Amino acid sequence: MNWTSFDTWIVVVGALCAVACALPGCFLVLRKMSMMGDAISHAVLPGLAIAFLITGTRASVPMFFGAAIAGVLTALFTQWIARFGNVDRGAAMGIVFTTLFAIGLILIRQAADKVDLDPGCVLYGALEMTPLDTVGSTDIPRAAIVNGGALLANLAIICVLFKEFRLSAFDGALADTLGYSSQFLHYLLMTMVAVTTVAAFESVGSIIVISMLIVPPATALLLTRKLPAMLMIASLAAAGSAVIGHIGALVVPAWFGMDATTTSGMIALAAGVLFTLAWLFSPTEGIVVKRFRRGKVEIEDRVSPAI
Amino acid sequence: MPDWEDIIEVVLLQNYNTRLVVLSTTLLGIAAGLIGSFLLLRKRSLMGDALSHATLPGVAIAFAVMVSLGGTGKALPGLLLGATLSGVAGLFTMLLIRNTTRLRDDVAMGFVLSVFFGIGVASLQMVQSLPGASAAGLESFIYGKTASMVQSDFHLIAVVAGVASLISILFLKEFLLLCFDDAYASAQGWPTFFLDVLLLGLVTAVTVIGLQAVGLILIIAFLITPATAARFWTQRLLPMMLLSAGIGGISGWLGASISALTPDLPAGAVIVLVAAALFLLSMLFAPPRGVIPRLMRQYRLRRKVDRQHFLRAAYEILEDSQSGDVVSNSPFSFAHLRAKRTWSLRKLRHILKIAKREDHLEAADPGMLRLSEAGYGEAARVTRNHRLWETYLIHYADIAPSHVDRDADLVEHILGPELVHELEDFLKQDSISTPVPPSPHPTSNENSPS
Repeated sequence: MNWTSFDTWIVVVGALCAVACALPGCFLVLRKMSMMGDAISHAVLPGLAIAFLITGTRASVPMFFGAAIAGVLTALFTQWIARFGNVDRGAAMGIVFTTLFAIGLILIRQAADKVDLDPGCVLYGALEMTPLDTVGSTDIPRAAIVNGGALLANLAIICVLFKEFRLSAFDGALADTLGYSSQFLHYLLMTMVAVTTVAAFESVGSIIVISMLIVPPATALLLTRKLPAMLMIASLAAAGSAVIGHIGALVVPAWFGMDATTTSGMIALAAGVLFTLAWLFSPTEGIVVKRFRRGKVEIEDRVSPAI
Repeated sequence: MPDWEDIIEVVLLQNYNTRLVVLSTTLLGIAAGLIGSFLLLRKRSLMGDALSHATLPGVAIAFAVMVSLGGTGKALPGLLLGATLSGVAGLFTMLLIRNTTRLRDDVAMGFVLSVFFGIGVASLQMVQSLPGASAAGLESFIYGKTASMVQSDFHLIAVVAGVASLISILFLKEFLLLCFDDAYASAQGWPTFFLDVLLLGLVTAVTVIGLQAVGLILIIAFLITPATAARFWTQRLLPMMLLSAGIGGISGWLGASISALTPDLPAGAVIVLVAAALFLLSMLFAPPRGVIPRLMRQYRLRRKVDRQHFLRAAYEILEDSQSGDVVSNSPFSFAHLRAKRTWSLRKLRHILKIAKREDHLEAADPGMLRLSEAGYGEAARVTRNHRLWETYLIHYADIAPSHVDRDADLVEHILGPELVHELEDFLKQDSISTPVPPSPHPTSNENSPS
């Protein structure tokens, strides 16, 4: 393995992005809306296409706003269909994002003569290329700034509104009766998810986003029942996946005699491995631990059968 | 614009290639519509999303295996087998997470979707570099290649869609039970886990054949949108399934035809949009559960309640202002009426306007109101019903006279005339001989809260 400063930057960008996603992801998981990240990541396509058709460039600022607006609209439409149509939220989400994605595909096809904007590049991204695009004359990649900014913003919002988020995540009705609008918090969370998703997209691709929104929070949920601890563990798991994933991307392909593979895919895989470890060995929830405990109870029963 | 001959050619399926595409998407729409109904009722609509992403590692691994065995690696049966196996692996991971942890369905789906897709992308990238084989175009597996469909694709789709539809109809009763009350189903001794696996296995089968034919997004939309649209039209499972299959089929047929007529529109996207348009129409206009009919029903009920409140208030004013058993129609003041209930000035004016339009009010001096003959009769009837309900509730439901006004108000606007006749029998009253019984409680302002 040949570690360079490039690899360090890839890991740093990946970790920043992963933690930025894992923080709002905790609340998505608690609110049973884990699939929102996947929905938003598909639904931003028309936003990108319209931004391109209006401005005529692939400049990142209009694209960013187009995508962020499309992401928030996904959450909004989902909420409307679920509420007014009395439809299951998963189904509403599915209808909204497939429709938006279809609109995006058609728009892109119309603009295809003028631009190479293929859906694949939106979905995959290229984490390996981020160190090449640096800020000014420094070594710091632009993606590190963007994702670091998203991370700081999410962290600030969650710290300031921690109490309110906690309340509305566990008991939206109580939050409403106490005067904290859970509607407002819902849309704030959705905006955070949309903006984080889009910020990460451009640099690292949607696979990292979707997996980091769900898997580290799910891992944390298996290890603790306290929200602050959950946020902490999820962040650690997310950053850990980035490190392990990149090392995996360098090491694993050699086992099969192949060249390097995509870091983003391996980061998702690393997150899955961490989840599996927690699933097996969590002190409270782990399968192995539960099995062991049940065995112990049975032995105790046999040792002292008559009380 | 396509001219008339082109349209006829597409509609009559004269062109060979168009015929394949249109028939395939229609069949897929029907099969996915049927199975999607169960997914929707089981609140697992996004399962198709998760499973379709979960097929990717299987595609890459199948490719690698076939190449190492010396093939080109792009044989369709092999790739489909790999996709199915890895879809099933994803399915079992999902069920395992759900059954052994306290994480819910949505987390299980999200986990499988993202981790399997990550593995898929990573392994696709790896197999790109295999010597002696080009993996280019494997990605198109997940985006579909509707336009370049061949006969064998069509046969595959027809067989799988037919078998999946047949199974979902054969197991209708079991799936129905599973969807509405799985705890009851397992208490009755049905193998719910097996049924769950069978249902999701059907989803996997439809997803896999749909994926390579029409693409990821379309198959997700096919599993969700027609079923959700059909749900607005009916409360019963069988009509809903048939409707859902119909909507899926129509979307597939119409979308593929439109796409065949216009050069620049990808079929998958057009089909999704047709299905979404049908969904929107159903959501807005379907009589049983659509948004607009529901709002209209609510508006009509509100108006009826307002009218009955107004008439009863008028009758009680007449009653209070006259002594003796017989209440006769005479003018009363607007101020008096307004003090009777807690309604806003604007609302009261609105109610009076409607009452005039319905000929319940006659012209009177300024500041005064007078019921018409019809209005007076209706007022007596409404008041009588209200008092019958009050009497019934006091005698048979043990409700205190001071509270009975509000409770009667809750039922009287909704229950129909047949119930009033039953009520009359109950209370042993002849509907002709007693015009309006006296109120069982005082009717002055402070005692009539509603």
